Amino acid sequence: MKTMKLLGAAIALFVTSFALAQTAEERGLQIAKAAEQADLGFGSSTVELKMTLKNKNGQTSERFLITKTLELTEDGDKSLIVFNSPKDVKGTATLTFTHKVGSDDQWLYLPSIARVKRISSNNKSGPFVGSEFAYEDLSSQEVEKYAYKFLKEEGGLLYVEQDPVDPKSGYMRRIVAYNKDKGYRIEKTEFYDRKNALLKTLTYSDYRLYKNKFWRASTFNMVNHQSKKETLLEFRDYNFDANLSDGDFTQVALKRAGN
Amino acid sequence: MVSGSELMSFIILDMNKIVLLIVLCFIHHISVSQEAKKTVNHEFETEIEGEYRYFYEDALFSDQQDHYPSIALKPEYSLSWNKDYESINFKGFLRFDRDDERTHWDIRELYYQKAKNNWELSIGLKKVFWGVIESNHLVDIINQTDAVESFDGEQKLGQPMVQFSLITEKLGTFDFFYLPYHRKRTFAGSEGRLRFATVVDMDAISYESSAEEWRQDIAIRWKHYFGAFDIGLSHFYGTGREPLFQFNPSGTIDAFYPIIHQTGLDLQITHNAFLWKLESIYRNADAQDFFALAAGLEYTFSNIDGNGLDIGILGEYLFDERDELALTTLQNDLFFGSRIAFNDTQDTSILVGGIADLDSSSKLFSLEASRRFGSSWTAAVEARIFSNIADGDLILSNFRNDSFLRIAISKYF
Repeated sequence: MKTMKLLGAAIALFVTSFALAQTAEERGLQIAKAAEQADLGFGSSTVELKMTLKNKNGQTSERFLITKTLELTEDGDKSLIVFNSPKDVKGTATLTFTHKVGSDDQWLYLPSIARVKRISSNNKSGPFVGSEFAYEDLSSQEVEKYAYKFLKEEGGLLYVEQDPVDPKSGYMRRIVAYNKDKGYRIEKTEFYDRKNALLKTLTYSDYRLYKNKFWRASTFNMVNHQSKKETLLEFRDYNFDANLSDGDFTQVALKRAGN
Repeated sequence: MVSGSELMSFIILDMNKIVLLIVLCFIHHISVSQEAKKTVNHEFETEIEGEYRYFYEDALFSDQQDHYPSIALKPEYSLSWNKDYESINFKGFLRFDRDDERTHWDIRELYYQKAKNNWELSIGLKKVFWGVIESNHLVDIINQTDAVESFDGEQKLGQPMVQFSLITEKLGTFDFFYLPYHRKRTFAGSEGRLRFATVVDMDAISYESSAEEWRQDIAIRWKHYFGAFDIGLSHFYGTGREPLFQFNPSGTIDAFYPIIHQTGLDLQITHNAFLWKLESIYRNADAQDFFALAAGLEYTFSNIDGNGLDIGILGEYLFDERDELALTTLQNDLFFGSRIAFNDTQDTSILVGGIADLDSSSKLFSLEASRRFGSSWTAAVEARIFSNIADGDLILSNFRNDSFLRIAISKYF
């Protein structure tokens, strides 16, 4: 069965690349760029979200966060994440300057001692606050961070294999399903670990269209096939009218957000 | 004769009046803003902490105890409006302990804040932290240390201030501080551990300045970052946070708070999993001039087991020209430590470390661990062990029998 699927994918790949006289690598990159292009111009956004961690016995724990994002085109986006619960970590916040090339710059604010600490962004594969999301899953998805290969088109979805450029990534590859007719929004991502075994599947659902241009999923469900743990992210309404600027993404603003 | 605690409450009361006045000044302004922006956010929460400290060696001085059950209350309130660009923040603190001096309360923070794109203004009692080193905090000078509260010096008293931050894209951030009131350091009472043979009466410590606690002090700090470099340069001019002690042969202690100039540098280079750190100060007063430095590194092996286990290794060298008079006792010392974070749902973490005096046999070991239970409980364990403390160690010899274990359980509402 697996071979059949693979064979099918290979044929589809062959046919499409032949038809467009374009290599699979070129087509993959083209799709990633089209997805980036479709989301261009959102400016800034703020959103509240609930994170539900579920272990293999079904026990859950919750946390509430606020994320602010500033779109930048010449370099990667800036983002600010603030924890509202659990209460013992309330006010803990991170500020990240994503870079298209090279490692990101990241600061952590610890409200109990009012300390801002520059932290290493080396740890990409580690879990974000005990969840099934790795740091790299939540960082800004810049086109330059992967090498691409178009795999197949199936049921209106374009499947693209993405190999992380950074050797510190926890993944050998990911397979991303883009919805071409819906602004190249992502419907599903499969993550393969360094041993090329399927590690996690992330499913995006309850999409909403904001400002007639920007698709945002209200639900992210990450399932870890190896540990049998799950993490659910539920987003409330996105606010694209906050008109945030660089001044909202400084270390001074980081402290302010945590108080 | 006014007793210590009465005097302390008087001083704090006096300080509270000032803060109240400052807050009242803004009420008119706030009510105007509230009409314009209807969305006002309130948040209130409280932590109640039960703590037990057990000192397992015989007390050196009379009145000192072995068992210290204690309870602390930490309420927080914040009110924000104008899309959170304006706010009033409050953090209170109250502790009951067997040691009368450790039974204390404080307003950790109560300030009004307004922010615009490239500036921020804070008025009131606030906490500010400067620095990068883990085992000692040389550069950090804005807030007085609440020394009875914790041994590591990381707990601070609220400092009255006007802070203005100017953020520039090319030149970094400039912070200007106006500090109108000095707060005295807390010291353990006669029943408390971690004290000298003579009990230091915090209120009896005098000032070099004739204006006493009302000397108007200032500080400025420049902070910037370029790629892997985070750098801070600061200068403080005013009444120092550390009292100058003179130990008389008769066993009594004379102490006063000197007027100081202190210039500080803090630098961190963040390269891959390495953090290289440097802090240095030069302090100048009529009675004392000295230089102190701390330098070290932190390296983190991350996600070792593929399950999120991080193990960080820390090494720091500490130097203080004051030699044995350094209140921190870190005059020529090496610190080694490890930070273990499990990155699990309960945020389990452990910090172990040891400080060795390179001039004597004195060693100080520590362990701090914490974990969350459910969604609103946390438990913390702490151990501080004084080992082979040299008799000639002017300050540490007083604490040589003060190794302790501490357990704390907190409930958040």
